[in-house]
Amino acid sequence: MSWWTPQLAATLWAMFQALVILLAVVVVGAALTVVERRLLGLWQDRYGPNRVGPFGTLQLIADMLKIFFKEDWTPPFASRALFMLAPNLAFASLLLSFVIIPITPGWGVADMHIGLLFFLALAGINVYAVLIGGWASGNKYALLGALRASAQTLSYEVFMGLSLMGVVAMAGSFNLRDIVAAQEGLWFVIPQFLGFVTFLIAGIAVTHRHPFDQPEAEQELADGYHVEYSGMKFGMFFIGEYVGMVLVSALIVTLFFGGWQGPWLPPIVWFALKTSFFLMLFILLRASLPRPRYDRVMSFGWRVCLPLTLVNLLATGAVLLLTGS
Amino acid sequence: MRKNKVLSVLWLIPASWSLLRTMWMVFMHGFRKRETVNYPEEEVYLPPRYRGRIILTRDPDGEERCVACNLCAVACPVDCISLQKGEKDDGRWYPEFFRINFSRCIFCGMCEEACPTSAIQLTPDFEMGEYQRQQLVYEKEDLLINGPGKDHDYHFYKVAGMAIAGKDKGEAQNEEVPEDVRTLLP
Amino acid sequence: MELGFYLSGLVAVLATVGLISGSSPVHAVVYLIVSLIAVALVFFALGAPFAGALEIIVYAGAIMVLFVFVVMMLNLRPEAKRDPLWQRPGYWLGPSLLALVLLVALVALIGDGQAGMTIDGELITARDIGLTLFGPWLIVVELAAILLLAALVTASHVGRRNKPRGNRNRGGTR
Repeated sequence: MSWWTPQLAATLWAMFQALVILLAVVVVGAALTVVERRLLGLWQDRYGPNRVGPFGTLQLIADMLKIFFKEDWTPPFASRALFMLAPNLAFASLLLSFVIIPITPGWGVADMHIGLLFFLALAGINVYAVLIGGWASGNKYALLGALRASAQTLSYEVFMGLSLMGVVAMAGSFNLRDIVAAQEGLWFVIPQFLGFVTFLIAGIAVTHRHPFDQPEAEQELADGYHVEYSGMKFGMFFIGEYVGMVLVSALIVTLFFGGWQGPWLPPIVWFALKTSFFLMLFILLRASLPRPRYDRVMSFGWRVCLPLTLVNLLATGAVLLLTGS
Repeated sequence: MRKNKVLSVLWLIPASWSLLRTMWMVFMHGFRKRETVNYPEEEVYLPPRYRGRIILTRDPDGEERCVACNLCAVACPVDCISLQKGEKDDGRWYPEFFRINFSRCIFCGMCEEACPTSAIQLTPDFEMGEYQRQQLVYEKEDLLINGPGKDHDYHFYKVAGMAIAGKDKGEAQNEEVPEDVRTLLP
Repeated sequence: MELGFYLSGLVAVLATVGLISGSSPVHAVVYLIVSLIAVALVFFALGAPFAGALEIIVYAGAIMVLFVFVVMMLNLRPEAKRDPLWQRPGYWLGPSLLALVLLVALVALIGDGQAGMTIDGELITARDIGLTLFGPWLIVVELAAILLLAALVTASHVGRRNKPRGNRNRGGTR
């Protein structure tokens, strides 16, 4: 037993944790496709998909079978290599961001001290999936969707970063574990309410969810940047969007709602409960809000959200300086 | 002007309130009654005048009502009805074959309106799915039912002036004996 | 750490070669992005994750998006078969000489007392960077801020419409 060192055990345990978290995130993302349809049905006085299996529980398996066996078609006018690259990029960049999120005190993949910046960097890379996919499709609608996506994401990522800086200033660290620990007494949603609201808006915009789904607006652009995708390539864009939802929800919980903290229940339950609440909020937003015109989205971002985050950051800095903490 | 620009941010307050109110109202829809009818398990209510599967009816005596006048085939906008006139020994007309191609039929009900003898009628039934298209072509045996359908008492030959065996001209209900034109000679 | 450094360095060099040798503008821009990410990974490997993350956020995440945006909007197609100038050896002479001088200087500088240093992966935290920037380098930071502010004002002035069109057409927010 000379090879069995504590270091090796720790490495294996960390790898096991990473694997479990990866699988959990992908499964939750895939399950959300069905949950979303059920919830949308619920809020529209319908049932939603309830045919496959008891109460529609096997719908997910049916969908997966369908998407796996669909023809994986690459259009002849597409730029082949980039066309293949884009969905992988969309899926991987968001999935990789989960590395920084601490699930419970003992669970989490990496304990990076630049945690938040890592997320912002990967969110920046995620734009390219849409851009490259839209361009490589060789389709007008896809290109238009990609152009919209680039402008929108660029604008919203500016104040996404700024909205988080208030939290960073209060916690004094980019590390998410430190941020959760700093919310022991008071969740950051109260002192950083403006930051929370703007981050929520930016998170919706960056994941292209309704009402900020201009890049893939069905009615105007016939699904925008993934118009030419089918089969599992489309599936990766599709699941990637839901993984993005899970990611943004988990980040909101970690940054503003105390992460795993909460009375009585074990930490993992608190984390799951809070995250599912925000996932539900994402779907509720889709169910209730119409899509604004594209130029209004841009002017809302630059004229309302950016000043709000700047004011929030200035006020936070001033208060921290005066109280001397 | 300057003060106005600062104050103009205030539109955010009613706008946010409106968004939140919308979201709350949509959320409360989750607790309402479902509009969906779970079809195969729950039966669908079809009104009596629903225009579904087409039938051929019989008169109260049990004879075919259809007199092969071809009005339904003419009225049909998609030309899905085809029939051939035949004549029985007693002088009654009848369709030798009567064929409706339900893969074309649009269930508009024009044939029912055109029919002078209430023979062709539409019924509240839509469960006609088939795996083979050819089976959607219904022959006379498939269409004919044992009964008068919606029109219980109507009996065409009893009110029509046409002569058939056992009923000469002038013997129908409310029909006067035809004038013998030769008696009118001066 | 060292392996990561050399691997990402290699990727950066190869991607840059791809960038200047390709004919399709979009492919070139994608190579440039890969190159920037590889340089960011070099920073990570050297123990400066803050600089690496900023490299990705600012260069790859924001500036290159604008590049891609413009390239896509102009819808440039791959250049037709034109005799590539850079394949003629004559054009390599001048740049090679200049680069050679730089290489000599670099080798001399590395050999001058700094030899024997290894990549130890010592972390430079965000706090260190902040304290350095707003301590000894405060003047430089403020000067850069003033420069950026001037650029911002200029951009806003250049981008302004000649005649303000009044409240009626002011765009979306109201």
